[in-house]
Amino acid sequence: MTQEIITEIIGKYEPDQSSLIAVLQDVQEHFGYLPKDALTDVSKELDVPLSRVLSLATFYSAFSLQPKGKHPVHVCMGTACHVRGAQPVLEAFERELGIKDGETSEDLEFSLDTVRCVGCCGLAPVVMVGEDVHGKISQSKVSRVTKKYKK
Amino acid sequence: MEKANEKAYRLHLMVCAGTACVSNNSFGIKDALEKEINKQGLEDEVLVVTTGCNGFCERGPLLVVQPGNVFYQQLEEKDIPHLVEEHFLKGRPVKKLMYKPPKEKSPIPILSDINFFKKQVLIALRNRGLIDPEKIDEYIARDGYSALAKALTEMEPKQIINEVKDSGLRGRGGGGFPTGLKWEFVSKSSTNGQERYIVCNGDEGDPGAFMDRSILEADPHAVIEGMIIGAKAIGASKGFVYVRNEYPLAVSRLIKALEQARGYGLLGKDILGSGFDFDIKIVRGAGAFVCGEETALMASIEGRLGEPRPRPPYPAEKGLWDNPTCINNVETWANVPVIINRSADWYSNIGTKTSKGTKVFSLVGKINNTGLVEVPMGITLREIIEDIGGGIPDGKKFKAVQTGGPSGGCIPAKNIDLPIDYESLTEVGSMMGSGGMVVMDEDTCMVDVAKYFISFTQNESCGKCTPCREGTKAMYEILDRITKGEGKEEDIDLLEDLAKSIKDSALCGLGNTAPNPVLTTLKYFKDEYEIHIKEKKCPAHVCRELNTYTIDEKTCLDVGHGCDLCRKNCSANAISGETKTAHQVIQEKCIKCGVCYDVCRFDAVKVK
Ligand SMILES: Cc1cc2nc3c(=O)[nH]c(=O)nc-3n(C[C@H](O)[C@H](O)[C@H](O)COP(=O)(O)O)c2cc1C
Ligand code: SF4
Ligand code: SF4
Ligand code: FES
Repeated sequence: MTQEIITEIIGKYEPDQSSLIAVLQDVQEHFGYLPKDALTDVSKELDVPLSRVLSLATFYSAFSLQPKGKHPVHVCMGTACHVRGAQPVLEAFERELGIKDGETSEDLEFSLDTVRCVGCCGLAPVVMVGEDVHGKISQSKVSRVTKKYKK
Repeated sequence: MEKANEKAYRLHLMVCAGTACVSNNSFGIKDALEKEINKQGLEDEVLVVTTGCNGFCERGPLLVVQPGNVFYQQLEEKDIPHLVEEHFLKGRPVKKLMYKPPKEKSPIPILSDINFFKKQVLIALRNRGLIDPEKIDEYIARDGYSALAKALTEMEPKQIINEVKDSGLRGRGGGGFPTGLKWEFVSKSSTNGQERYIVCNGDEGDPGAFMDRSILEADPHAVIEGMIIGAKAIGASKGFVYVRNEYPLAVSRLIKALEQARGYGLLGKDILGSGFDFDIKIVRGAGAFVCGEETALMASIEGRLGEPRPRPPYPAEKGLWDNPTCINNVETWANVPVIINRSADWYSNIGTKTSKGTKVFSLVGKINNTGLVEVPMGITLREIIEDIGGGIPDGKKFKAVQTGGPSGGCIPAKNIDLPIDYESLTEVGSMMGSGGMVVMDEDTCMVDVAKYFISFTQNESCGKCTPCREGTKAMYEILDRITKGEGKEEDIDLLEDLAKSIKDSALCGLGNTAPNPVLTTLKYFKDEYEIHIKEKKCPAHVCRELNTYTIDEKTCLDVGHGCDLCRKNCSANAISGETKTAHQVIQEKCIKCGVCYDVCRFDAVKVK
């Protein structure tokens, strides 16, 4: 199953090292993270040592070796958001979801990460949940945001 | 081409579909407009067009009516039926949906009369809000690709290079290196029979800037056209656009634009019948700030770890796969077609002695009009902050402006009349950088800002060289303890020493410039550091561990009638009291989150 998907992804690119990052990006997009066996398959098919694949996967922050939540929460920590109070907002999410920055909740519903400037500084501080942008968030509005996505 | 049978519409409604407007429901507005226009039977007269970012993000969702340049803002779906009927059917513009400056009584109907737009000079952003970025014909209709035709059919490569040199254009990605000179180096470096490459740097690492994104999303052809002209000038056959991972819309717009350009014979083999071959590939970044640095970026394109290497050799000699490579920033490329079209003379008339043309800034932070602004070099900070930006919100006092992102510094209020160019910013300890401009007011803590940037660079240090990796970590630890009230008097000297040694010994620009935010805040705001260290207080109340939250019982009871909101919101159960009684903070339990302060509508919660 994984193998077939990997073969299909690799088929879109030139089969050499320079495609490694693009391939990993597509794998990440497909699974929401980089599963172990997918990395082994990529390493075999592109003929790149697994250690190199792993070092790329850990160097670049776009990649995650852990599954992310169904509702990935991204708190913007860009400069504009920071000066308008993003740090307390992040901490409020940590308290509300019971997970720290970079973690995923046990039921795989939520994950919490920080990002940098998502390009709507006018709405700072900004939080993204999946594709939805929530602007002008303050820590007291955090529970209202998460409520929308809770089962 | 389909142009011939395009209908002539009486009105074009330009709906902004930039990121901020989209998150403010601009597509809902677009649908509502189309629905209402159909309902009124105006579909043959009025056309709804979605455009890239208009710049005035603060007021979104936005609509500009052409011809006439009538500007509507902060639209809601419920406003649309009235707007369509009054303005587009009966010809009576709707005043209450127009922009009204904070202190004035009457609205300003015309976009170009609004201060935010008035002082701007649009070169890189020339098409913003005027075209649909997904339609090459609209770009062409506004002189698009005419510079390319001129460069390919009327100019020798050397002439193109000279024109760009004479224009005085300098790199907009941070360093400010003269673009024409760089092109000349690349064109002269030997290739040993190999190819030369062109790269567009769209990694946009500054966490407070989004102009490159906006250009790629709003006008991708401007960048593509610039790159083809550059390719002709230096003799390259292949180009790469490296786009930051978080910009999927920019990527999809670019993909479309490249396909359309190929379809029109503007890319690929024998461009415009001139015998010149060139094509462009998109490479997506993978989320590492250091990849904005040119040598790291090239490593990343080659599929390797994005780590910088020492220069020389510069990319102009040994770039991608060791071949000569010309790398320029998105905004730099977008300027090129205008220079070719309108001449170096015209361009170099704008700006200051050393810095020509315009610069796009993302004006954000504690400012009324947040957004992207393109201004002539030499404009003063005051003009940007007061005239274009409309000043500081809530009557607060302007304290400083940060430029240059993590590599730049904080410029204090006393320098508000500084004319901005590459040199003047460096003189005050900051830099141009990619154009982030973050405004700070009296509620911003400068120690916290310094800590924010150092924590950023520390996180983003690729780890290859020790001064950067360990030095920024040590600086972070010192700043962290100062903001927690554990700072020592010698910490200030320690910070200065560390800053100097990192500056002198780090391998790449990330490390060399990382101390700048700390050095400038130490230079201009040392007193704030001292108050944190000696009095264990944060004057701006940002460093929350130094704050004490209390409730003024009289206000709570008399004005708020003990509304109980704070107690309900306190996640630490640190507030005692019940409805209609005075409340108190139980200090031992309080985690200093500040929620009570935020939620109390009666100002009963005090912070000290
Ligand atoms: C740490 C670091 C980060 C950088 N990030 C960017 C960036 O995000 N975008 C950019 O265009 N240039 C960036 N640069 C500058 C590039 O190395 C390079 O000078 C630039 O792309 C050249 O283009 P220009 O001459 O048109 O400015 C960065 C440099 C350093 C040292
Ligand atoms: S929210 Fe304010 S007014 Fe209401 S109980 Fe708390 S302190 Fe008193
Ligand atoms: S600062 Fe936070 S923890 Fe302390 S009393 Fe207020 S709400 Fe509760
Ligand atoms: S800094 Fe958060 S959106 Fe720009």
